Amino acid sequence: MIEQSINKEPIIATDNNGIVIDIRGLYKSFGAHNDVLKGVNITVNKGENLVVLGKSGSGKSVTIKCVVGLVAADKGEIKVFGTDITELDDKQLNAIRIRIGFLFQNAALYDSMTVRQNLAFPLKRHSKSLSPKQEEDAIKEALDNVGLAEAIDKMPAELSGGMRKRIGLARTLILKPEIILYDEPTTGLDTITSREISELILAIQKKNKTSSIIITHDMACAKLTADRIVILKDGIIEAEGSYEELEKSDNDWVRSFFI
Amino acid sequence: MVISLKNIFNDAGNVTQFTARFFKEVLKPPYEIKEFIRQCYVIGYRSLPLVGITGFIMGLVLTLQSRPTLAEFGAESWLPGMVALSLIREIAPVITALICAGKISSGIGAELGSMKVTEQIDAMEVSAIDPYKYLVITRILATTLMVPLLVVFADGVGVLGGYAGININSDVNLLNYFSKVLESLDFIDIIPATIKTFFFGFFIGMIGCYKGYTAASGTESVGKAANSAVVAASLTIFVIDMLAVQLTDIFF
Ligand SMILES: Nc1ncnc2c1ncn2[C@@H]1O[C@H](COP(=O)(O)OP(=O)(O)O)[C@@H](O)[C@H]1O
Ligand SMILES: [Mg+2]
Repeated sequence: MIEQSINKEPIIATDNNGIVIDIRGLYKSFGAHNDVLKGVNITVNKGENLVVLGKSGSGKSVTIKCVVGLVAADKGEIKVFGTDITELDDKQLNAIRIRIGFLFQNAALYDSMTVRQNLAFPLKRHSKSLSPKQEEDAIKEALDNVGLAEAIDKMPAELSGGMRKRIGLARTLILKPEIILYDEPTTGLDTITSREISELILAIQKKNKTSSIIITHDMACAKLTADRIVILKDGIIEAEGSYEELEKSDNDWVRSFFI
Repeated sequence: MVISLKNIFNDAGNVTQFTARFFKEVLKPPYEIKEFIRQCYVIGYRSLPLVGITGFIMGLVLTLQSRPTLAEFGAESWLPGMVALSLIREIAPVITALICAGKISSGIGAELGSMKVTEQIDAMEVSAIDPYKYLVITRILATTLMVPLLVVFADGVGVLGGYAGININSDVNLLNYFSKVLESLDFIDIIPATIKTFFFGFFIGMIGCYKGYTAASGTESVGKAANSAVVAASLTIFVIDMLAVQLTDIFF
């Protein structure tokens, strides 16, 4: 019901072979001496959870920010749903952005708004035909999905780190994205909360049939959520495989992530 | 030296681009009317007490300071007119604008700066909401509209302060006082003084937004954004005032 009223393009068939994100030869540098990405190739298949590993500062966040056009790529192709987003104007880019959810490392909740307003903010703008009742239901449903229905009237400052992440996730889910990009969803949380978030990611994948890129340092999260893992090093993808494959890799450096 | 010069040109280019974007987008829908009204309330209404108090004190002090000089020439009856004239033409607009630079420009700089640093602005952008429209245009419009109104308010309260100042030493009837004030005021005094307050308001909002919106990452840059917004806005107010005086001389 809500899905129909959201102003987005009908769900087009994904790229050939069911690839929803296809990054080819992505280059990005900041200034003359900071070449961050030097030819990254990543594909995400429909319905897949792809985990990205890599040391701090290796360019993981920059990579997913390129996917939503927050950071402009220097060179390369970034196909999302078969469209190269590096060639789109603002309006076309926004049409794609609505179909992508982005969970920021620190949740990026709007400090001046309550949880309800945080969720209503994107919803109001992209689904103008909703009645107040439908809007309220959509907000409640999104909060229920992350198990935080009772936080609806709280301010972000009153929430713990884990709760902020979950509200951020609810705000992402409210537009029913087909792709979700998670930037370190469990960083800074205790092991139990981390596990809850990881399970939530898995549950969302199952329930909403979303495809995801998950950046993480948390190997428990990677093990639980990953269908496939890629490791970023010196600006390129150094290794790729399933958790079990990479765990047994011949490459000591790759194995070092799994200890 | 070369690097700092390059930075200045870079900065000037960026400010110009930032401002150009305002004029390009301000008339294009969607309009963020609710946020604009909220900003008018925050920027205008919440500044009333501060602007009122300073306006009153300005009028009072100006009267007390000018009385001895005028008395020496036996021109005490000019006091209300002179005070009103200097208040409305120069003192109330500039002092009010400076107070707004301190309160509003820095507030906007800090608010947008912290939104930038905590990725809230990025979050808007990825959910296909134009943060420039929602945050910047609403605030610049609100300051452009509210600062002139605050100046008018300061004018009024300042003239009342002048009345209080006169009554410390002599006994003047309020009606009498106001008729003297109005007698001395000309259209020509009010129009240029009012026009320049719109520019004050525009730049107070624009500079606060620019400094906040372009804040670097890291929490210390929030303080830097707020601080440099006040400095740049105050300086800009004086420059505009100087230009306004020159132009008034030419045209009026
Ligand atoms: N907006 C930016 N301006 C300048 N440098 C940046 C910017 N964003 C990221 N970088 C640089 O890119 C590199 C990779 O950053 P990031 O992608 O955040 O790393 P991580 O893999 O830890 O997420 C870092 O060296 C960082 O300094
Ligand atoms: Mg990162």
